[in-house]
Amino acid sequence: MKWSPAGAATGVLSSSGSLFALALDIFRSLFRRPFQAREFIQQAWFLASVTILPTALVSIPFGAVIALQIGSLTRQLGAQSFAGAASVLAVLREASPIVTALLIAGAGGSAICADLGARKIREEIDAMEVLGINPVHRLVVPRVLASMLVAALLNGLVSVVGIAGGYFFNVVLQDGTPGAYLASFTMLAQLPDLYAAELKALVFGALAAVVAAHKGLTAQGGPKGVGDAVNQSVIITFMLLFVVNFVMTAVYFQLVPQRG
Amino acid sequence: MGVEICVEGLTKSFGSQVIWQDVSLTLPAGEISVMLGPSGTGKSVFLKTLVGLLRPDRGAINVAGRDITRLREHELYEVRRLFGVLFQDGALFGSMSLFDNIAFPLREHTRKPESEVRRIVLEKMDMVGLIGAEEKLPGEISGGMRKRAGLARALVLDPEIILFDEPDSGLDPVRVAYLNQLIVDLNAQTGATFLIVTHDIASARQVPDNIGLLFRRELVMFGPRKQLFASDEPVVEQFLGGRMQGPIGMAEEKDAAQVEQELAELDAGERRGPQGGKGATGAMGDTPRLLPGPGVPRSPRWEEIARREERSDRVVSGT
Repeated sequence: MKWSPAGAATGVLSSSGSLFALALDIFRSLFRRPFQAREFIQQAWFLASVTILPTALVSIPFGAVIALQIGSLTRQLGAQSFAGAASVLAVLREASPIVTALLIAGAGGSAICADLGARKIREEIDAMEVLGINPVHRLVVPRVLASMLVAALLNGLVSVVGIAGGYFFNVVLQDGTPGAYLASFTMLAQLPDLYAAELKALVFGALAAVVAAHKGLTAQGGPKGVGDAVNQSVIITFMLLFVVNFVMTAVYFQLVPQRG
Repeated sequence: MGVEICVEGLTKSFGSQVIWQDVSLTLPAGEISVMLGPSGTGKSVFLKTLVGLLRPDRGAINVAGRDITRLREHELYEVRRLFGVLFQDGALFGSMSLFDNIAFPLREHTRKPESEVRRIVLEKMDMVGLIGAEEKLPGEISGGMRKRAGLARALVLDPEIILFDEPDSGLDPVRVAYLNQLIVDLNAQTGATFLIVTHDIASARQVPDNIGLLFRRELVMFGPRKQLFASDEPVVEQFLGGRMQGPIGMAEEKDAAQVEQELAELDAGERRGPQGGKGATGAMGDTPRLLPGPGVPRSPRWEEIARREERSDRVVSGT
């Protein structure tokens, strides 16, 4: 068919419509019994195994870069005692949700999308529906929940590894004072920062899984179709997660009074 | 016993492309029907519409007093339990062994103890000749075995209606013969309603009670097997004869002038080009029907068919 602006617009609208329809379906199926515990555990394990190592490896340089930037800035201003505080704040508030988002979309979402897409084009999904089993309830819901759980855990991992990386660079490489670094941890950051970051991670996990499931379940046109679906799912999830991250951060600043 | 499927005025299109329109037919309860048609005429789409995987634009599909096209989703899942579907490549779950694949519907839908599940699954696997391959993964076995495993999975909930999407594609002639015998035996044993989508004329000659032919976005004909093999409708004749001459071309349709000329040639008894592809004998006429194997209990319907076959045999040998 020939490309036309009207056709492209309706295409975008109808696919976002079906994305929301799927999200609604998933939400309704969340409360349906029996809960697919086995599938949930398998998926959570699988997602954790594909994301843990890359997440840890990405968070070390992330924490280090922040430490480097802040370290030289604080030294110039004579505020070395704030180096730890600023580093914790940056990692906890921004770096960890962003790294979690990147990894859960890039590693987790693409795996979910490829898996469901391959099942779709092999007619496994159709076969399941014909056998009277709802694939949203049987396959998608456990994946969404697993992705949320793993995202929340990853967020914790990123925070710990990021801060540890920052500490190493600041104290060992830039000759910071260990005591001052540790003592200033809670000067700017506060507990609600962690809660907000975990909430963000849960939302990111859910979004990444929903988008991946939608793209996977609507894959068509053979193996190339699955490749395209994975590609689109990663791009769409990236864009969505960054927008949502911005909105959630803005809302957070309005709702929670800041220290300092 | 089987369930009747009544299709009325069914139309399906993807975007502006009409797949088929105004298809009306009745698949009689407990009988075997075959749907033929050149590649790309939407036979598989028809099958998927029957089980509610695709929604038609217009028309109704009545199964057990309910219109599939109007059901809500959870009702649809209920009605689908009447169906068993054999997909083209078996559509097995790639991450499960054959045993788990076939046990899947039982484990999801019933609360049978594992020993009972095992008994039923092994019985069905024996039926399709897969004993010994329980622990194999779908990726490790041949296409024919995948197909038979798909059939075992479709049978496991004792469906009232069984749909076959090209059961013979990718199988060797011997396996096709076995599969045809299996289909007939299953029909005699279960009394379910069968619909087979295929290209294979040899199977269409021997297996079904009824045949339908889809061509050029409509159902050209649907009726008893003998009626189609005695038909002088050019499309039906060409397809069942597997000939080049006639309305069906390489790219679905030919231009009208050429069709006209070829039909005139045929009328004059002038035949050109190869014929008899895909098990077509090139000629029309009747073929003896495949009967359930020895040892398979025959329902009254099959007793009747067997008697009729015997009678027509005598007539043929008497002349």
